Amino acid sequence: MKERVSGNNFILPAMVLLVCVTIYPIFYVVYLSLHRKLLIFGISKFVGFDNYVFLLKDDRFWNALRNTVYFTFMSVSLELLLGLLIALFLHRQFRLKGLVRAVVLIPWAIPTVVSAKMWELMYNTDFGILNYILGVNINWLGSPFWAIHAAIFVDVWKTTPFVVILLTAGLQVIPRELYHAAKIDGAGSWEIFKKITLPLLKPIILVVLIFRTLDAFRIFDAIYVLTGGGPANTTETLSIYAYKVLFQTLQFGYGSTLSVIVFMCIGFISVFYIKLLSRGIR
Amino acid sequence: MIKRIAFYTLLLFVVLYCSGPLIWQFITSLKPDYELTVIPPVFPESPTAAHYFSIFQNYPFLRIILNSAIVASSTTILSLAVGSLCAFGLAKLRVRYKAFVLGFVLSVSMFPPIATVSPLYIIIRAFGLRDTWFALIITYTTFSLPLSIWILTNFFKQIPDEIYSAARVDGCSPFQIFYKIMLPLSLPGIFTTAILVFIFSWNEFLYALTFTSTPSSRTIPVAIALFPGLHEIPWGDIAAASVVVTIPLIAIVFAFQKRIVEGLTSGAVKE
Repeated sequence: MKERVSGNNFILPAMVLLVCVTIYPIFYVVYLSLHRKLLIFGISKFVGFDNYVFLLKDDRFWNALRNTVYFTFMSVSLELLLGLLIALFLHRQFRLKGLVRAVVLIPWAIPTVVSAKMWELMYNTDFGILNYILGVNINWLGSPFWAIHAAIFVDVWKTTPFVVILLTAGLQVIPRELYHAAKIDGAGSWEIFKKITLPLLKPIILVVLIFRTLDAFRIFDAIYVLTGGGPANTTETLSIYAYKVLFQTLQFGYGSTLSVIVFMCIGFISVFYIKLLSRGIR
Repeated sequence: MIKRIAFYTLLLFVVLYCSGPLIWQFITSLKPDYELTVIPPVFPESPTAAHYFSIFQNYPFLRIILNSAIVASSTTILSLAVGSLCAFGLAKLRVRYKAFVLGFVLSVSMFPPIATVSPLYIIIRAFGLRDTWFALIITYTTFSLPLSIWILTNFFKQIPDEIYSAARVDGCSPFQIFYKIMLPLSLPGIFTTAILVFIFSWNEFLYALTFTSTPSSRTIPVAIALFPGLHEIPWGDIAAASVVVTIPLIAIVFAFQKRIVEGLTSGAVKE
């Protein structure tokens, strides 16, 4: 039915932009990672895989990788759990529902930098509202144990709305008849959740996991503003380490190597999830 | 009855959890300097608007808001223009390797910003574009394209092919069909995309931090992250600035909640 008019001219501008601003830089960053490049002195020398060999022996890199993996795992699990709870809780009729849903979106809309500043103030040891409410005297951002968890919590707060929105949409397409039938058959609410809600939500949960894992793995803004990677690099993630090497020590070669590693990790995670997703569909 | 009370108590808890930090920031912004670093009192004993005047008098904050507004709105317009053309091509016309093109567009949205920031920085410096609006606009436009193309392709696909064919028979060129029929018919989708792209560009941090160096192009997130303090952190000013830049976003969220939800879930949920 469709006639054969070519759409190439229509997609051309987008393709040109995407190739120039994303694909070309990706090749360029791989090229940079094979060089010793100090931007200020104009030094640029091909060194082969030296940077990658150095990376394998770089304790700070392994530390950053550990932090990133821990951060990603913890915050994605917590977001999913909390998001699921809130989505289930809000999935019913009540007055002011629209208003409540708008309020739930607030953390999502606030710039990450602003939310990090807000939490930095609340985490303050001496005059932070958090210690005051909890009646404790915890040095949230200054102690190695608490700092990473404080950062995780900021991310959980900021991104739970996204999870809630997607899961709510998933809940809405589950036919109500299923619940009715289950109730008539005498199923308890836990059983209904386990046997109906959860299996039917599985595809959308996977989509949420993809988005959130990829986003959490490349975390930069929130932690950079909240702790700057400290104390003693205990909150330094791969993106933050790469940024510091690039723009604070101006080693564009080694910094680019770290960037390539982040890119490859993201690639592996994507492939893993896409395999999982396509298996789920079949 | 008890069940209802429990429900509304929990509801209140959820609402406070989501809005609490912002409310606290607002309360802080009203406190005079000497009340900022003590607690209790929780609420300001002598509330003041001094911090709101301070951010405009002591910092180039107006200029920074202007930078953000220009960068975010230019990005939105450009991304919609380029993105809707591409989405039309993908949804209604013959494009070779369509699946590959769509996959490519989607994979770009997964690129970590840190992976492209060093080469882009070198390129931008080489073109003498550091510290300009243009550098940010072109970068944001490109990185928001996957989102625009994705949402708009879904919208254009919902428009029946018969409308397209009928217009063809009447002698419209594909481009005429695009802007005379498709665009007006998918205004809700365009609006949804515009909101999401605008919020993305208003909030972006890493590229803005590296591509800008002075208040002449610095955007809001960078300005707030690098808030200068003489001796101690100016919590009152930061709080006031945070509230000011968050107000437009809160207004958008409350006015267009449904559109945002629609955009975020576009394509994620199969009906």
